[in-house]
Amino acid sequence: MTIRHHISDDLLISYAAGSLAEGWSIAVATHLALCPACRRRLTVAEAVGGELLDTMEDEASVDQSWASVRSRLQQPETAAARQSSVGHSGGLPEPLRSYVGGDFDTLKWRPLGRGAYQIPIKTGDRETMVRLLRIPAGKPVPEHSHGGRELTLVLAGSFHDGTGLFARGDLEDADASLTHQPVATPEADCICLAVTDAPLQFRSWIMRAIQPLLGI
Amino acid sequence: MNRPTGVDDGSDMRELLCAVGARRDIEAYEQLFRHFAPRVKAYMARTGGNGQQAEELMQETMIAVWNKAERYDPAKGAASTWIFTIARNLRIDAFRRERRPEFDPEDPAFVPDDVAPADAELDMRETSEQLHHAIAALPAEQASLLKLSFFEDQSHSAIAQRLNLPLGTVKSRMRLAFDKLRAALARSGDVS
Repeated sequence: MTIRHHISDDLLISYAAGSLAEGWSIAVATHLALCPACRRRLTVAEAVGGELLDTMEDEASVDQSWASVRSRLQQPETAAARQSSVGHSGGLPEPLRSYVGGDFDTLKWRPLGRGAYQIPIKTGDRETMVRLLRIPAGKPVPEHSHGGRELTLVLAGSFHDGTGLFARGDLEDADASLTHQPVATPEADCICLAVTDAPLQFRSWIMRAIQPLLGI
Repeated sequence: MNRPTGVDDGSDMRELLCAVGARRDIEAYEQLFRHFAPRVKAYMARTGGNGQQAEELMQETMIAVWNKAERYDPAKGAASTWIFTIARNLRIDAFRRERRPEFDPEDPAFVPDDVAPADAELDMRETSEQLHHAIAALPAEQASLLKLSFFEDQSHSAIAQRLNLPLGTVKSRMRLAFDKLRAALARSGDVS
């Protein structure tokens, strides 16, 4: 598997810093599970965080804190045995699998009309809307531009847009300036994770395509 | 930006953390604590906590360091990097009340690096010093953006608004800074 579309520096730095909202972070972390090259870049970004932490100035005495922590230390328990993971190679990667509560074969799709399906994903943040989408093989989507940011991570199948082919692991990072015409490739349905700015419910290219069909 | 003498390459901290992991060495832990506790507390205070919260989160972080030290792998990064990730995750949990989605290397769907481990795994052993100098050498506007990214719990668009800069400028400065840091590490021979 060759991933061609990677995490931008600004997303990677926000994720490493811990300032990226949960919804965007699901797409970033799931791409990282599939992309060793971006994991190496994350290592560098986290090292920057460590280095900045190390150069923070603080002259306060820690004697009191030390006494308090010293008294709270215990022999740590040996790490509990890990639960065996129920996924499989080529399946839905963590952390996404836990968010949707199953793998490809157990997903509970909700119809959106015209052969498209979705599964909404709940997060603790209020700035994103996260959903798993299934687009029928070979279906084109009308050309449009975005109102906000949209991250689309392909998990199965693929789609083409004006800028290239997006297959498993590829992350499309689209902003308001991008106008494109995505088309699911004909071999198979395209399953992807779509994260968009929350209040802009129909800015997702897929949702915008479907919106008129639903009359909403 | 004072760094205590003797820890310039971070190797002392690395050895101390390994000693805690291997032998529950309380003296090594106390040295680590005296170095990192004030820094972690300052980090917590800067990223949104008041004094009391910052103190509590610092103590939680340092106790987690004691409890998890066995899992620290010195080949994967400096002690400061490892402690930063623990502090960061506790902060997200406390202030943002969100989960932090993370990949799981034990997951069957996880794609491991297909390069031989010795080449693929960044040997971060020698990189602290290079990174320290590379950050110090960044143009002021890039360095301050990096610090804002790591120390203010704000999105890049919020940072752009605050600095009255276009978002594109913030992103491109961030990319320039990150490129330079990567290049500095590559020159040190550790990062392909």
